[in-house]
Amino acid sequence: MRQLRGGVLAAVLAAVLAAAPLAGAAAASGLILVTNEGDNSLTVLQPDGTKVESIPTCARPRGIRFSADRAQFFVACGDDNQIGIYDTATRKLVRRIRGVEEPETFALHPDGRHLYVSNEEDAAASVYDIETGELVAEFETGEEPEGVLATPDGRYVFVTSEAANMVHVIDVAAQKVKADLLVDTRPRRFALSRDGRQLWVTCELAGIADIIDVETLKLIGDVTFLPPGFRKDQVTPVDLLITRDGTTAYVALGRANHVAVVDVATRKVRQYVLVGSRPWGLALSGDEKTLYVANGLSDDLSIVDTDSLKVRRSVPVGRTPYGILIDDR
Amino acid sequence: MTARILAVLLAALLCGLLPLGVQPARAGGSLTFGYVTRDGDPWFAEQRLYTGLKLREHRPAVEGAKTALAESRVIGRAAGLTFGLVERQLPAQGDPAALARELAAAGAGIVLLDLPRTPLLALAQAMLAEGGLPINLRLRDDDLRGSACLPGLLHAIPSEAMLSDALAQQLARKGWRRVLVLAGDQPEDARVLGAVEGSLAKFGLTLAAVRPFLLGNDPRQRSERNVALMTADEDYDVVWLVDSIGEFGRYVPYDTFLPRPVVGSEGLVAHAWHWTWERYGAPQLNQRFRKIAGRAMADEDYAAWVAVKALIEAAVRTGSTDPGTLAAYVTSDAVNLDTYKGAIGSFRPWDGQLRQPILLATHDAVIARAPLDGFLHQTNTLDTLGADRPETRCKAAH
Repeated sequence: MRQLRGGVLAAVLAAVLAAAPLAGAAAASGLILVTNEGDNSLTVLQPDGTKVESIPTCARPRGIRFSADRAQFFVACGDDNQIGIYDTATRKLVRRIRGVEEPETFALHPDGRHLYVSNEEDAAASVYDIETGELVAEFETGEEPEGVLATPDGRYVFVTSEAANMVHVIDVAAQKVKADLLVDTRPRRFALSRDGRQLWVTCELAGIADIIDVETLKLIGDVTFLPPGFRKDQVTPVDLLITRDGTTAYVALGRANHVAVVDVATRKVRQYVLVGSRPWGLALSGDEKTLYVANGLSDDLSIVDTDSLKVRRSVPVGRTPYGILIDDR
Repeated sequence: MTARILAVLLAALLCGLLPLGVQPARAGGSLTFGYVTRDGDPWFAEQRLYTGLKLREHRPAVEGAKTALAESRVIGRAAGLTFGLVERQLPAQGDPAALARELAAAGAGIVLLDLPRTPLLALAQAMLAEGGLPINLRLRDDDLRGSACLPGLLHAIPSEAMLSDALAQQLARKGWRRVLVLAGDQPEDARVLGAVEGSLAKFGLTLAAVRPFLLGNDPRQRSERNVALMTADEDYDVVWLVDSIGEFGRYVPYDTFLPRPVVGSEGLVAHAWHWTWERYGAPQLNQRFRKIAGRAMADEDYAAWVAVKALIEAAVRTGSTDPGTLAAYVTSDAVNLDTYKGAIGSFRPWDGQLRQPILLATHDAVIARAPLDGFLHQTNTLDTLGADRPETRCKAAH
């Protein structure tokens, strides 16, 4: 049986390798990678959801991001205090940054060299040089830092603190925390508007997204969510994305089992899309025609057509899927 | 590497980039919490059996408060608030009024009470007279939220009715509708039994029988000692055990006449908190607590933690440290307290009880979180647990 399974896997792999161009790092494979924090694995899927393989990882993999040239990707492993660096083409582990205290999510600074990591247990955001693997700076945050976002101009790095209900603003040039902004309950993730002026942050327990003006660092508004038939306390937004044209935001609503499609200009929800149980992680395909949704409590991925806003397919992944990365550009 | 960071920080300090000491960003102020136990309180005595086995162990809940204060450092910095903790012990024959004055003089306007009933009520009354805010961390007594309520006293620990309502919801959901109750003869058992009977009626469950049990070896009282005999001659779906001592109850599971689950004091138990709870940030809280206290977080520790978090949240949002202002805020709809149990907590204005989800757990797993899906309420599903506004017997409104 084991041999047979190995044979099938090899055949699938061979087929994939034959199908994918082997021109090196520049050519994208089109594959979807999902971190599964519950069973320490990465699930690799074709764009239509067909499973390619499952790769064992370090313990409790959560945040997943590309390097600047997309030749490598990083996986944060919370339970064994490391960030794994994988080769994108081969999906092999090439290096580890060790001694990172319980990393959850992270962002790569536009300089392509510095990784800003939230250390969930340590009430700190730490900065690693990805070339040397060295810790180069550390910033005190509130308890349970989570979402990290670096502005494209490299000026600021924002970090949420889930337990302290704050957004910390790291001034990159000065290498200090410029401001601690009080936001609504349990802030989780960020998205930046197309013009870079508005920072959206989901507040999981308040059930809303707060909007921060990046210039003045003041709260200027919020977006509220309530899918039909749900109570306010069931709406627990986590991940969110804003499209490249800046018109639409997708927000995963957690226990409300929907993704909200928001008109960015009016800050009103256009539609709710029913997905799996407790959706957290989101990713858009390069052409933005397909939205992938990681459903943490139904162990599957919803594949949503963004034109019709219908779920095209739901496919099983590993246990407690968390983050999604798409190698298609 | 740390040395390097320190060097950078030092350089920054010297260049005046970082403020020295705490520089209040806003008007700010200081918020000092008191924590009071009583000398010689039997609650903290180890219930040791002759075999050396400890059935029950209560530790001072102050560790929960310390955890909450430790995690509020940065929010204090941002809001320009400093926090303090004053620990006091009431002498066995001590004067609560004198202690209340001492706490007020120490600036502790909010005091966490880890006390037995009589001194708790006496100290709470004395504190209220001083304009302070007392918070109960331990007593689950329903009458303290009802006929004997003390207006102004807040309860961070769930009431007995909240705990039994949570279990009753689970039984109703599972369709375990006929309940056989085995109850001890302690005063505390009578109190819990009252709550259990109330919850069975509230959720439409049937009380098959209440059977008293006794401790001992007397063969003439076999029918009140033998688990198999006590659980025979009756049809039931589940056994609900009411055993505050715990010596009888631990022998009940797997020894019932019919193959039925046991809930209540053994088996599936209702808790304010559980060390295996793994949702809504709980693992992080459990690990933070363990680092500080060197043990697992118990219900009373959680009560202390959540009380301090609620009042700090109130101080940050209102910009005040006045106990009256803070009490008004935490009993209002405005409060947005993260309970780490997946729902927003706030104190009920009608009886001062913190509304919060209840965890139903075995010794090593949380099986369900109440309120369970399907138990609805016109305003807040958390009010399906415990005394709701229309049925409260607490006369004076908060």
